[in-house]
Amino acid sequence: MAQVQLRSVVKKYGSLEVVHGIDLDIADNEFVVLVGPSGCGKSTTLRMIAGLEAISGGEIAIGERVVNDLPPRHRNISMVFQNYALYPHMTVRENLGFSLKIANRPQSEIDRAVEEAANILSLSDYMDRKPGALSGGQRQRVAMGRAIVRHPEVFLFDEPLSNLDAKLRTQMRTEIKKLHQKVQSTIVYVTHDQVEAMTLADRIVIMRDGHIEQVGTPLEVFENPVNTFVATFIGSPPMNLLPATITNGEVAIENGPSVALPSAFEGKVREGQAVILGFRADNLMPRGHSLPMEGQHAAFDMKVNLSEPLGTETLLFSSLAGREVQAKMLNPRPVSPGETLPFQLDLTRCHLFDAASEASLR
Amino acid sequence: MSRLKPPAWFVLLLPAIIILAAVVLIPLLLSLYSSFTPYRLTRPDSLYRWIGFANYEKALTSIHFWTAFGRTVLLLTIALNLEMLMGLGLALLVNKVTWGQRTLRTIMMFPMMFSPILVGFQFKFIFNDNVGLVNNALQSLGLTDQAIPWLVDGKLAFFSILVAEMWSATSVFAILILAGLFAVPRDPIEAATVDGCTPWQTFRHITLPFIMPFIYIALAIRSLDVARAYDIVQIMTNGGPARRTELLWTLIGRTGYVDARMGYANAMGYISIFLAIFFTVYFFRKLNAARGELGMAS
Repeated sequence: MAQVQLRSVVKKYGSLEVVHGIDLDIADNEFVVLVGPSGCGKSTTLRMIAGLEAISGGEIAIGERVVNDLPPRHRNISMVFQNYALYPHMTVRENLGFSLKIANRPQSEIDRAVEEAANILSLSDYMDRKPGALSGGQRQRVAMGRAIVRHPEVFLFDEPLSNLDAKLRTQMRTEIKKLHQKVQSTIVYVTHDQVEAMTLADRIVIMRDGHIEQVGTPLEVFENPVNTFVATFIGSPPMNLLPATITNGEVAIENGPSVALPSAFEGKVREGQAVILGFRADNLMPRGHSLPMEGQHAAFDMKVNLSEPLGTETLLFSSLAGREVQAKMLNPRPVSPGETLPFQLDLTRCHLFDAASEASLR
Repeated sequence: MSRLKPPAWFVLLLPAIIILAAVVLIPLLLSLYSSFTPYRLTRPDSLYRWIGFANYEKALTSIHFWTAFGRTVLLLTIALNLEMLMGLGLALLVNKVTWGQRTLRTIMMFPMMFSPILVGFQFKFIFNDNVGLVNNALQSLGLTDQAIPWLVDGKLAFFSILVAEMWSATSVFAILILAGLFAVPRDPIEAATVDGCTPWQTFRHITLPFIMPFIYIALAIRSLDVARAYDIVQIMTNGGPARRTELLWTLIGRTGYVDARMGYANAMGYISIFLAIFFTVYFFRKLNAARGELGMAS
């Protein structure tokens, strides 16, 4: 078990720099998820930790050792790949035991470790099949089993669930979480799916264009996004963002109504400042179909363009100040397109970002 | 009046049947039949004398036939193994090249572009004991002051033929194995690296199983090639001196066309065919087993 440290890590392909000096400390036994849109450098970072990509600058340390120049086999890590990367010519049993066989461990020890991994992942029924005869979910479990038999210091997961269908993905997500509780080790997990990131992570690292935008617990990054990118990337549906100006101590939405300045931002904005008002669909609800809003809130009417019933709630697509905003309706009733409803916006949960830097003003 | 009308399928297949019969079936049956006669090209009427298995008995009891047979198998075994190893090495090296690989691949195919007859002539010159390159080079380097009889001494002549064969055919292996290396998925190799494999272990346990089918295809193709080896040997030594480099098909060719004993030559030819069939079946079995290993079996 070990902590992982990244210090000003840079990755260049020729003259093209794709990871721009990132710093990250991952604690022992921590489950850290790197998340971001494709091309943000998250997989490259993971592959540098694994040793599959050379590090162009900076330092990576696993435990106490700087591993920059160590080949993957000396880093004591395991990796689960996006498309499983099973050995097609070996049975499940051989796949699981391969790393131990290579390390010349005694057969009895290999058998015990393989048996243990197979039990944890309920693979015992398929031990003599080859990967070609397994379903996607089973292959994924074999790939995970192959990673755990070695008891490595660090597990690396590279988008392990993206090739599975939605239902299986949810199921495997739970299994990965259970696995982490069972085997207790440091996990670095890469995904582009923010739901996976939210549900699995102890801490989330949000990356964009080779930079780290924010590091924090799932709730931190959800509640206090440092900029509009994180605000729209984390949470589903994405946060509504409306350009506004601070006028007369109020937030005047461009071409729309003015709302009171949320008290959390008092003293943090100046008169006339161009800002972006951000709020989640969960905090904009039609009156009578909302959570009780006891604190500071605003009220205005909006026309509903489209509704998506989800059962316990309905997602409403309306327009405010000429932009589409998403709202939620609890205890839903059928809403016909074009219907105008009175909405309430919970100002205590609103965010203000600077219009120029897009950084949070909190 | 209704005449007997052949069924449609027969009419439709007739052109194919006629062509196959003319090109394959009749020559095959004729040669098979002639192997049971003392047929000589110079005495056409001998084609009609049936002598049963006499030709086969003669071949199977002939020391010349069996030495040629044994030598062919020996050449096949040595040439195929060495060509495979060298081709594999060459392919692995070329696969590592990042700049100018296309050009290298083209250059690699040059030996395949020459007629084996010309390769024969070229190596006959290279190994010539008086004016040949090899002897000249050895003498200039002071390694020997004698003219080594490369094409006259039985063992050296066999070696010379082997070198010529390998020069012309190693690239067949290299090209096919390189194609195999291109098809090896990157993921399992990376997984093996992370799993703790050294580069050699990765090659042994992951890469090699992936390229085995390609190696067996190359072996199957080349085994047929070598089993019917004729041209290079014919040019370089003509099976000589004194039959010391005689292979099956130089023997059969001489018996049939120089000695004009076509019946006997055909009998030996039919026995030799089994050699080719054996190796083909053997390598295709291996091929299917290797594909099955990878879960690609049909």
